[in-house]
Amino acid sequence: MTAILTRGTSTDHLGALESEAVHIVREVVAEFDRPVLLFSGGKDSAVLLHVALRAFHPAPLPFPLLHVDTGHNFPEVIAYRDRLVAELGLRLYVAAVQEWIGDGRLTERPDGTRNPLQTVPLLDTITEHRFDAVFGGARRDEDRARAKERIVSLRDAFGGWDPRRQRPELWSLYNGRHTAGEHVRVFPLSNWTELDVWHYIARRDVPIPGIYYAHEREVFARDGMWLTAGEWGGPRRGERLLTKSVRYRTVGDASCTGAVESTAATIDEVLAEVAASRITERGATRADDRLSEAAMEDRKREGYF
Amino acid sequence: MAAPMPRPCEQVSRLLRLTTAGSVDDGKSTLVGRLLHDTQSILADQLAAVDRATRARGGVELDLALLTDGLRAEREQGITIDVAYRYFATPTRKFVLADCPGHVQYTRNTVTGASTAELAVVLVDARNGLVEQTRRHLAVAAFLRVPHLVLAVNKMDLVDFDEPTFRRIESEFAVVARSLGVRDVVSVPVSALHGDNVAARSGRSTWYRGPTLLEHLEAVPTGREAVAEPMRFPVQLVLRPRTPEYPDYRGLAGRIASGVLEVGDDVIALPSGGRSTVTGIDTPDGPVLRATAGQSVTVLLADEIDAGRGEVLAHPAQAPRVVTELNADLCWLADRPLRAGARVLVKHGTRTVRAIVTELTGRLDLHTLLHTEPPTALELNEIGGARIRLAEPLAVDSYATDRHTGGFLVIDATDGNTLAAGLVGPDPARNTA
Ligand SMILES: Nc1nc2c(ncn2[C@@H]2O[C@H](COP(=O)(O)OP(=O)(O)O)[C@@H](O)[C@H]2O)c(=O)[nH]1
Repeated sequence: MTAILTRGTSTDHLGALESEAVHIVREVVAEFDRPVLLFSGGKDSAVLLHVALRAFHPAPLPFPLLHVDTGHNFPEVIAYRDRLVAELGLRLYVAAVQEWIGDGRLTERPDGTRNPLQTVPLLDTITEHRFDAVFGGARRDEDRARAKERIVSLRDAFGGWDPRRQRPELWSLYNGRHTAGEHVRVFPLSNWTELDVWHYIARRDVPIPGIYYAHEREVFARDGMWLTAGEWGGPRRGERLLTKSVRYRTVGDASCTGAVESTAATIDEVLAEVAASRITERGATRADDRLSEAAMEDRKREGYF
Repeated sequence: MAAPMPRPCEQVSRLLRLTTAGSVDDGKSTLVGRLLHDTQSILADQLAAVDRATRARGGVELDLALLTDGLRAEREQGITIDVAYRYFATPTRKFVLADCPGHVQYTRNTVTGASTAELAVVLVDARNGLVEQTRRHLAVAAFLRVPHLVLAVNKMDLVDFDEPTFRRIESEFAVVARSLGVRDVVSVPVSALHGDNVAARSGRSTWYRGPTLLEHLEAVPTGREAVAEPMRFPVQLVLRPRTPEYPDYRGLAGRIASGVLEVGDDVIALPSGGRSTVTGIDTPDGPVLRATAGQSVTVLLADEIDAGRGEVLAHPAQAPRVVTELNADLCWLADRPLRAGARVLVKHGTRTVRAIVTELTGRLDLHTLLHTEPPTALELNEIGGARIRLAEPLAVDSYATDRHTGGFLVIDATDGNTLAAGLVGPDPARNTA
């Protein structure tokens, strides 16, 4: 392999965002004892994992992954997750919401949605394994509460986020000091936008689950979204199943994550569609975020991702 | 390995980090909303939500200020409590905007926003001109050495786009800026509410020949300053894979804080003092011959010198100074005041050391950027000089010569909170700062 003077793409905005994220991931690994990376199988966690692998290349990834599993999965996403873990020789912990429901630590919600139920298994697992730094793929452009989130964000023993207690974050000096029982959430992709994430997936050929690309699927309409037919609550009486060409913009609890009609089957087509899109990804496809104007803020305060 | 081909719809653009400051009601939220709106960074559902909120408050025209509305407590109380980050882009540039509230805890927020900004937009209301707050905002930007300043004279529609009004404010601002040592100032007459000279040139200010605000944001040079500075490479950690494929690999992982590093360069590791030669610079895409400020890379050296986390690599002829005592300015960010004798932690680059604040040497007057008499305590949001004794040496630069390696955090050793932003003072061994 011959060295080249400077690589063309390393100093443009995407290169700058990647360098910033790599710096953050390395800082946390250097200063914390037990980091873990939240891995949902969604595109943001796929990009975060990719950045982390690059941060330590050619050494192996120095921390495990944690999947908080709602049980309402797209089979394609689980298959993708398991393939990736096997190919890269990663360590994966799974915290299954079903287990918490099974032994009574959690009760199923009347609406059957499980995204909000992820918080307790997440916090219990953090405590059990004494994780002190939890990487997440959240971005500040996603939501107004997230816009105020720090890159390294302190959480109390209850996982709670107190916007008034946030430490000022100056220069690129991250203060992750914490006392026993506290941990930090770390968001290396804070300054990325949805479009940046897609550009990065294209540039680096980041593997993502196939459901992000257009495919034929049996869906039914509810609350202005296309939901997939499955064992969880759908379709109900009066909701008609149709076969459509759709793709997903986010993957979460399959019972409340909607698909958008699309024919974008390649990364370049997806990029073009995202660039032209006039609706934010959460607004389009996540019923849980449409519950109230402050939905995300409330969940963050309770210890959500 | 060949460099990846650019994709058809991928534009090569640069990143500019900026911050905004203005006193309450000067129209800062409206301006930020206007920038987001006019660069099409606001999507349909967000616009619909703002439209609903506008109507709920009895408004008719879209209230752009609501676009940047924050947390519920803030909405309920009609105040902003914290820095929020906003993102917008044009075909040639991507912007990260630190949106800083203008009041409560104001220095704390503006200092935070300004610490990473390459450009600051300072807002004034054309009807009021420069006010006390404007001078403070300007002083904070000057103090943190934000390289580019923009004065946005807002609400020009309320003064009928009167040129003399604009010129008067412009020259008053220029005088203050000059007295604070700020050179690069551009003034733009705008109406954030109606969009004049923000993204689109106004037909109502034909006398104005300068750039629109957005044109200026797109044109201002970025990152150049950091590349021209002496090279600094704070080592974050040592990568030792010990895999069959890489049995003896030992790479220093880090991000180039400033300057340019090339293969073949002689380097010194400080504070330890070991010397070696760069034999390789690795990236996940393969080796490179040269890396510049801002890039995260892995550096390979000819010798196994003591250069782990906490060391800084530099060129021997342009090395940082190694000190066990700091003369610094502190911007105090904690509720509990600082007094001489305080035991703290100092976090600088990739090294954290124990320290004692031995003396408060003065309080900074934000009007003049001069120090007054030594105070007995430094209160929340005050800036003052201090002498700090370090338990272990640090390799530092003056903040005035390198923004990237001249800043540090003061941390509470007990609860871990960030107490102050620190700026390393001039080198006492040199006459010029
Ligand atoms: N006429 C006029 N009013 C403006 C302009 N910019 C902002 N305003 C109004 O000034 C008030 C304060 O604006 P806002 O953006 O909330 O100020 P902030 O406190 O600095 O964020 C609001 O009523 C705005 O509609 C402008 O350019 N022209």
